[in-house]
Amino acid sequence: MTAPTSQDHPQRDHLVSALVRDEPRVLTRITSLFGRRGYNIRSLSVGSTEHPGVSRMTFVVTGDRGVVEQAMRQLEKLHDVIKIIDHSLEKYVDRELVLVKVAITPESRVEVRQIAEDFRARIVDVGRHALTFEVTGDEGKITAFIEQMRSFGILETMRTGRIALTRGSNADIPSHVYHGGETETLRPAVEGIEPREERARGVPNLF
Amino acid sequence: MTQQDMTGAKALWATLVRHGISTVFGYPGGAIMPVYDALTFYPEVRHVLARHEQGAIHAAEGWAKATGEIGVCLATSGPGATNLVTGLADAMMDSVPLLAITGNVARHLMGTDAFQEADITGITLPITKHNYVVRDVEELPQVIAEAIRIARSGRPGPVLVDIPKDIQLAPYHGEITAPHARPEAPAPAPEATERARELLRGAKKPVILVGGGSLDAAAEITALARAWDIPVITTLMGLGAFPASDPLWLGMPGMHGSVAANRAISEADVLLGIGLRFDDRVTGRVSGFAPNAAIIHVELDAAEIGKIVRTHVPVRGDARVAARLLTEGAQKLDLPEWKAQIGEWKSRTRQPDHWGAAHAVQAVVGRLGPDDILSSDVGQHQMLAAQLARFERPRRWINSGGLGTMGFGFPAAIGAGMAEPGVRSVVIAGDGGFQMTAQELATLKMYDIRNVKICIINNSYLGMVRQWQEMFHERRYSEVWLGDSNPDFLKLADAYDVPGYRASSAEELPAAIDAWLADPRSSLLEVVVPHEHAVFPMVPAGAALNEMIEAEPPRAPRKEAKDA
Ligand SMILES: Cc1ncc(C[n+]2csc(CCOP(=O)(O)OP(=O)(O)O)c2C)c(N)n1
Repeated sequence: MTAPTSQDHPQRDHLVSALVRDEPRVLTRITSLFGRRGYNIRSLSVGSTEHPGVSRMTFVVTGDRGVVEQAMRQLEKLHDVIKIIDHSLEKYVDRELVLVKVAITPESRVEVRQIAEDFRARIVDVGRHALTFEVTGDEGKITAFIEQMRSFGILETMRTGRIALTRGSNADIPSHVYHGGETETLRPAVEGIEPREERARGVPNLF
Repeated sequence: MTQQDMTGAKALWATLVRHGISTVFGYPGGAIMPVYDALTFYPEVRHVLARHEQGAIHAAEGWAKATGEIGVCLATSGPGATNLVTGLADAMMDSVPLLAITGNVARHLMGTDAFQEADITGITLPITKHNYVVRDVEELPQVIAEAIRIARSGRPGPVLVDIPKDIQLAPYHGEITAPHARPEAPAPAPEATERARELLRGAKKPVILVGGGSLDAAAEITALARAWDIPVITTLMGLGAFPASDPLWLGMPGMHGSVAANRAISEADVLLGIGLRFDDRVTGRVSGFAPNAAIIHVELDAAEIGKIVRTHVPVRGDARVAARLLTEGAQKLDLPEWKAQIGEWKSRTRQPDHWGAAHAVQAVVGRLGPDDILSSDVGQHQMLAAQLARFERPRRWINSGGLGTMGFGFPAAIGAGMAEPGVRSVVIAGDGGFQMTAQELATLKMYDIRNVKICIINNSYLGMVRQWQEMFHERRYSEVWLGDSNPDFLKLADAYDVPGYRASSAEELPAAIDAWLADPRSSLLEVVVPHEHAVFPMVPAGAALNEMIEAEPPRAPRKEAKDA
């Protein structure tokens, strides 16, 4: 089956975070679910959280609202998934880190450095024929930087993929205690995470 | 048993016993020998030795489908584990609560391509609800308890637990984990049920469509339909969730559905779907499915809502609770025109007249009582059984709906028969599919199982494939002829000490059925039917339900394969 799409909703990028148990294969479980159902992940970043045993993944999926909602519901069913946050439904900050290696000549050197300064890009490596910059920012800033550098000759880039957090003092993880939805638990309760049965704030509750 | 004697393997059995598991189906091997050794200390558990791991897992599925309780199966590592794959996929598709336990090589060998190592958790990732590798013996009972909880809760499904051999042997010091309480299913939101009631009140052409997720809500759904006086259609998986004898019942929808069911869906203005996932065999072409209907979808699994068909009123929650809520404040709808129209469609149901597979299946299912369990394999005989059998209560119909697994029927009937030894467990199989797991005749013999009644509809063809070749490939019959190589099924049964009967004509059939059913032991009936017989009505793949072919069309000329 191909994922349902609807004409009324445009294809666009959706920024979604998932809090997952930090267990072997959890990444495979999630990416294979996406792959099997034909949803393409455009960017993915994973790291640990302030809670031992819990990792946070942020990914960008392209599709219309319906496709992304379906993907999130499928994700929510996975036992390793504690909570899903759809950032498009709230205010958030997002960042991406990129390393860009730009070719330089004695003539272009100054100009390249000047542009980098405008973007607050840091030089992390200096070669005879290339400078490597580190830029952080939202996707737009990074794309603009790369565009600016293109005319000088980009030798290599590496982007980390986007990461995001809800704005304000609301945490994505409210201060509840996770009991796995059960009276008895297999894993020690993870301090500070609401049960998955209480659907994640941010996921539209149709029901 | 003293704490010192406790090993991982014993802790496994102790946990299963604590969870009320009385029977497991399995097959031993090197990487699970400690578990089999420990089994000798647990006489309260009955282990059923199948003749192939696929037989074991389908038997566990049959057990689960008949009882609604979890089925358990056991296999060794590598080839033993991979032989479970088909059954796991089957259980996943049909939401069968199942626990599969596999042995694996010792932890220090994992990942080294050791003898009989297979990455079974990797292999089964997409076809299990969840799976585990136990990496610490102290976790083993908890993992088993959690696996059972996951398999049974929400939308049920298979869970696999892979246990390395050294963990089976390791001393265990902890407690034995008690069963988790079954979590309460979420109750539907009141606004959703209120909107659903409103739609029903205004309906002129309503139907209720009931799927396999409704089997434990049969009483509530029956009350609901009768209170509103709305006709009911049960999917292949939902057969029995509404009594077939009720005049409101319209049969099964979809590819081989009844005229009344498919026409009613195509005309309906309100469709109340309960516990179903709108499989493509049910919907036909989705754009043509219930084109005029506002769809109310009652479903526990949120991911199923809106997955295939657009839903106007999503009602997420337990089918029993939802049906009860929707019955409250019901008023009988007075819809004489809709009823008359449905009556006309129902009258188009034809009883099989001439001698053929349909006649044979009708004769057999006509002999079933309301408590008898009917399993089927996959193919024409399955669709005929689904069309012709009349189920009065749920969990009496066991078949492989989602995956369509040939070889499923016979071992599933053994599992169901062992779960309910006082009940007749009848299986209808094709000559093709029966041979995929025929070796399980040995299981009947080994445990002296007396209530399994096997009926083979022998048309000498892989009938369903032949039918498609007939209809869609200009009768080029490619690799579907079995007639020259089929065994003498009665001799095959006799080789396992199972009594056999045969009928080859309408005249012989009644007496043969009598003798077959009267035999106090498990027995086999072979019904030899004409080679070319097709199942109708049929909605061709990719067509909409109202593009159904109601009766057999005139034959296209037969083309030889070499003409193609
Ligand atoms: C394991 C497996 N392999 C292949 C198929 C494809 N298939 C579906 S029906 C069918 C023919 C079944 O023939 P038979 O068992 O003789 O039953 P009949 O259709 O003749 O009643 C086949 C090959 C399948 N469903 N399962």
